Amino acid sequence: MSSPTLPNAPLPAAVPRDAKAWLVSPALIFILALFVYPFVYGLVLSFQPMNGGSAFANYIAFFTDTAMWPTIIVTLKLAVPATIINVGLSVPVAFALRRNSPYQKFVTTLLVIPVTLGTVLIADGMLTYFGPNGWFSQAVHGLHLYSDEVRLTHNYWGVLISLIVSGFPFAFLLTLSYVTGIDPTLARAAATLGASPWEQFRQIYLPLLMPGLTMAACLSFVQAFSVFPSAVLLGAPAGPTRVISIAAAEAAFESYDYSLASAIAMVMGFVQLLVVAGMLSTRRFFYTGPVTGGKG
Amino acid sequence: MKHQFDELRLDSVSRSFMNAEGQAVAALRGLALNIQRGEFIALLGPSGCGKSTALNCIAGLQPLTGGQIWLDDQRIDVLPPEKRGFGMVFQNYALFPHMSVLDNVGFGLKMRGIAKSEAARRAYEALQMVQLIGQEKKLPGQLSGGQQQRVAIARAIVIEPSLVLMDEPLSNLDTKLRIEMRAEIRRIHSQLGRATIYVTHDQDEALSMADRIVVMREGSVQQVASPKEIYERPGYRNVAQFTLEGMQGEGVAVSSDGVRLIGMPMAGFDSKRVSVAMRPEDLERAAPGAENAFDAEVLTVEYGGHDSLIRVKAAFGNLWARVTGDVAVGEPICLRVPPSRTLVYDGEAP
Repeated sequence: MSSPTLPNAPLPAAVPRDAKAWLVSPALIFILALFVYPFVYGLVLSFQPMNGGSAFANYIAFFTDTAMWPTIIVTLKLAVPATIINVGLSVPVAFALRRNSPYQKFVTTLLVIPVTLGTVLIADGMLTYFGPNGWFSQAVHGLHLYSDEVRLTHNYWGVLISLIVSGFPFAFLLTLSYVTGIDPTLARAAATLGASPWEQFRQIYLPLLMPGLTMAACLSFVQAFSVFPSAVLLGAPAGPTRVISIAAAEAAFESYDYSLASAIAMVMGFVQLLVVAGMLSTRRFFYTGPVTGGKG
Repeated sequence: MKHQFDELRLDSVSRSFMNAEGQAVAALRGLALNIQRGEFIALLGPSGCGKSTALNCIAGLQPLTGGQIWLDDQRIDVLPPEKRGFGMVFQNYALFPHMSVLDNVGFGLKMRGIAKSEAARRAYEALQMVQLIGQEKKLPGQLSGGQQQRVAIARAIVIEPSLVLMDEPLSNLDTKLRIEMRAEIRRIHSQLGRATIYVTHDQDEALSMADRIVVMREGSVQQVASPKEIYERPGYRNVAQFTLEGMQGEGVAVSSDGVRLIGMPMAGFDSKRVSVAMRPEDLERAAPGAENAFDAEVLTVEYGGHDSLIRVKAAFGNLWARVTGDVAVGEPICLRVPPSRTLVYDGEAP
């Protein structure tokens, strides 16, 4: 803009349009077609109840039907402990394996396998292994550790274990990358200043890890909250592990009420958004800058 | 850990590690060294000579594979780093990025369970010593490199260590700041009156700061002497740049390819082959035929204002020289070096 006090000053040349910006269009189309359009479509659909009525009829139905709204609680009861266990466990394991060693490679490879297998195969394996006549319960009985029937499938525990089996490697790999990103000379400096290994962890590593751990927790939570195959295969989909995604699937593929299913999906997304936003907002209490100790 | 000691003794300290191929590589071979209270010691040597390893072993950050370290009558190589009570300044400063300058400096005091108010008072004192008052609320990332290094020094000295270890602390700073900080570190050292071990590969740094210089090479000590002696009579042969055949007479004259040089013998001679070392700054332009003069050709020129650092090709080999005046690449040049500054060693240059 030319200044009004200098009426004769030449106008600055218009910023030339950079034609290279068009290169983002394939990605943009991709995002619009695969994420934005289905989301908007579902949102609109959720406000068009199949049986007529007000626009909010589906949401009212969800929050008044005792077969529906408790699924949020059921899902949270699975997803929150799974997230805490996965992230909580990944910290000491990643910390123990922070130095590049053959062990690190071995454990990492071992843990990548469940990620690549997918939840259905894990569930299948678990049904055999943890089933009433599986190796696990036979071993427990054989060692006289527990005399009653060991029930770890077709209930809450089966689903929780499967969420840990499939979710822990993911949390571990994320945490490992955060842990190895912290300059090890910081801990050495702390040691020369009198910090014991525990204090080195508490004062140096943990505060620097917190932002990363929050992010790992967000991703783990979203993954666990959308649990579906293992809740059906390993849980009790009619009762204790009737998670929200099952409610949505039933609405869509048993009642053929796509509108209600969309409303449930929207509720699901909203709960995830709330929890993730809550977790991310705690990040401002932590230091989030670089994790090195100076120029290096 | 006591605040003062009379002598730190490294008793044939060895350290080897496995390389990627699974072979044992010795970083330190039987390093023996005595350090007295209040001394400023520089460990000088090229990269990979083991000087940083030696420092880490003293600090307890790397275990020894052989030998012992004694602090007067106490054996300390068996103690973990947090029990040794030495202050250490790292090459990359290693400041805690999530803590303010004051918290960084107070960290060692906090770990010692010193009350908050007392710790803050002492941290302020240390910051005053490194002239950083007014910056204590900032995070390390908001400081310049020189300021960060001062924080690192304050953090190491605030715990009143009996020994301060510095691992190339100035190598990340620009030249001007580096020279300022040398004087600063030297001042802090005299003010504290404690021993300092300073690792560097920069000869100027070692010469200007240390009471004694320990020259290291391939994991062991080559020479321990005062800076003056190290400069004038280097016992090590890193500076010996070429080999001349033969020697004659008392004053040791050597000749090769028609070049005749008179030099200072640095040791007894066993072999007919000797090596000659001359420092770039001892070389000067000369008229052809003058004593200790030789012809050379200029290969490269680095203009440095007051003088130029040139690489020349002489009949017996290539060498560096500092000369004043105009000089161009490809030009013939006649140089001489005073006989007192021509250091002659037995055997071939390594």
